[in-house]
Amino acid sequence: MSSSRPKTIPELIETFDALGDWEAQCDYLIDLGYEVPDFPEAARTEANKVHGCQSNVWLTTKTQPGNPPKIEIVAESDSMIVQGLIAVLLIAYSDKSAQEILQTDIQQIFARLGLNRQLSSARRNGLAGMVQRIRSIAEQSAAGNS
Amino acid sequence: MVAPTETLPTVDHGRPFDPAAIRSQFPIFDRLLPNGKPLIYLDSAATAQKPHAVIEKERECYERYYANAYRGDYQFGVQIDEELEATRAKVRDFIGASQSEEIIFTSGTTMSINLVADAWGRKFLKPGDEILLTQMEHHANIVPWQQVAHATGAVLKYISLTSDWQLDLNRLGDVLTDRTKMVAVSGMSNVLGTAPPVREIAAAAHKRGALVLVDGAQSVPHLVTNVGEQEIDFLAFSAHKLYGPSGVGVLWGRRHLLEAMDPFLGGGHMISEVFWDHSNWAAIPAKFEAGTLPIAQAIALGTAVDFVTSLGMPAIGAHDLDLTVYAHQRLSTVPGLRIFGPEPTQKGPIVSFAIEGLHPQDLANLVDRKGVAVRHGHHCTMPLHSLFGVPATTRASFGVYTTRDDIDVLVEAIEFARQKVRRA
Repeated sequence: MSSSRPKTIPELIETFDALGDWEAQCDYLIDLGYEVPDFPEAARTEANKVHGCQSNVWLTTKTQPGNPPKIEIVAESDSMIVQGLIAVLLIAYSDKSAQEILQTDIQQIFARLGLNRQLSSARRNGLAGMVQRIRSIAEQSAAGNS
Repeated sequence: MVAPTETLPTVDHGRPFDPAAIRSQFPIFDRLLPNGKPLIYLDSAATAQKPHAVIEKERECYERYYANAYRGDYQFGVQIDEELEATRAKVRDFIGASQSEEIIFTSGTTMSINLVADAWGRKFLKPGDEILLTQMEHHANIVPWQQVAHATGAVLKYISLTSDWQLDLNRLGDVLTDRTKMVAVSGMSNVLGTAPPVREIAAAAHKRGALVLVDGAQSVPHLVTNVGEQEIDFLAFSAHKLYGPSGVGVLWGRRHLLEAMDPFLGGGHMISEVFWDHSNWAAIPAKFEAGTLPIAQAIALGTAVDFVTSLGMPAIGAHDLDLTVYAHQRLSTVPGLRIFGPEPTQKGPIVSFAIEGLHPQDLANLVDRKGVAVRHGHHCTMPLHSLFGVPATTRASFGVYTTRDDIDVLVEAIEFARQKVRRA
């Protein structure tokens, strides 16, 4: 699966459309989740825990030097479906500057993938918590650079 | 240990308790789910499905005699009042109360408990008084007491749980003291299923001069409730878990207690006289029924009471036990599965569990593909889940329409989920 792993949201949308139904898409999401890089044990702190999630989600970021600097997201959940959602977030936000992250309409991406409709509100809340955390990190970073 | 189906008690008029036949009275099971699978509904502890008779009663009210309640002298107004009073009488008899006036219609269990915490608690609690809860309470029977404790200076105490998920009544004396003014206890835990000995707790509470409120949200639909014999002072429950409509519930309280309390909500119908600067309160139950009631819903609650009464609460209890014993047997064959709750004979038809390596969110989502509806999460009991050592559990809960076949489908669906998630 790793060879065919989508690198961009348009590629992911194409794969989702080809899979067709939710069951196949959900299985694919779970598979994507297995490929998310391991979360560093040292970063598993209360500060990096995202609340509003029924599952345990840890999320932190690293700033890669550059002009503008890019924000690298590192996240993990003990739920495999949430881990799949993290994989989608990583594709949406990977290799992006703070400004680009703030300009990304993640709701629209999830709606296009049909994930808003298929996943329960509890999980969407968890997702919302992660997105909120990423955006606030991006906002701080953007403010620091301006 | 297993009660075979054929030896289960029968209902009053001689028909055997037949969940398949009972299920045919619930229109929700007539249709397939959007994915083409039949509904395997194992979330009755969250809310129960509705029998045809209850749906029809609500429809009848709207189609034939709908009007506001206790206000109109026109023909429909009178009929509405009579229907509501008929429900009040049915509820009174169903819970073993003696007076219809002691039955107050609320929006549900949560409002009923808030009403007592506010209208009784703020008037009578003093700094240092103690409110005794249990570690297995639903947030609805914790948060209102936290609020009134904060407002009055009263202190919250908790009856702890034993290692086998029962209330530790051997140590009741540690927490039930002369300072205890209220003991608010669940009649059946919505997570563990534990059904504590209410009468024993009430007797101990009364010896100390404390009142007893029972959160009957889970117990009233499954166990025989008799507020007189059980020496309860306040009982709160919801219609929607009793196969009745959503939006309506009941607070029952002893007349002298209700009369001594201040109103909870102010507004229309709850007054006898209103002046520019003050008002006088109506007699109970009107004093606690400000504003327009959920009229059609309250009327159809009476039909829901008829429905469970016709099946017979002892027969429902026997059916519950049969299913719970079967569920424990089947689920215990799943590798890595741990049940949180006592043995089936000590609890109601609620089975909460965790499976090693399989997150409840993933499990709920994957079994849904097989048509299985189960609840996952902390079930509004975050303090209780802090004792489990797991952040969330999966809960299967049963109703009168649940069959052993449903439990078989659940176990198959869990196996399917385990195969999908490689960590399990």
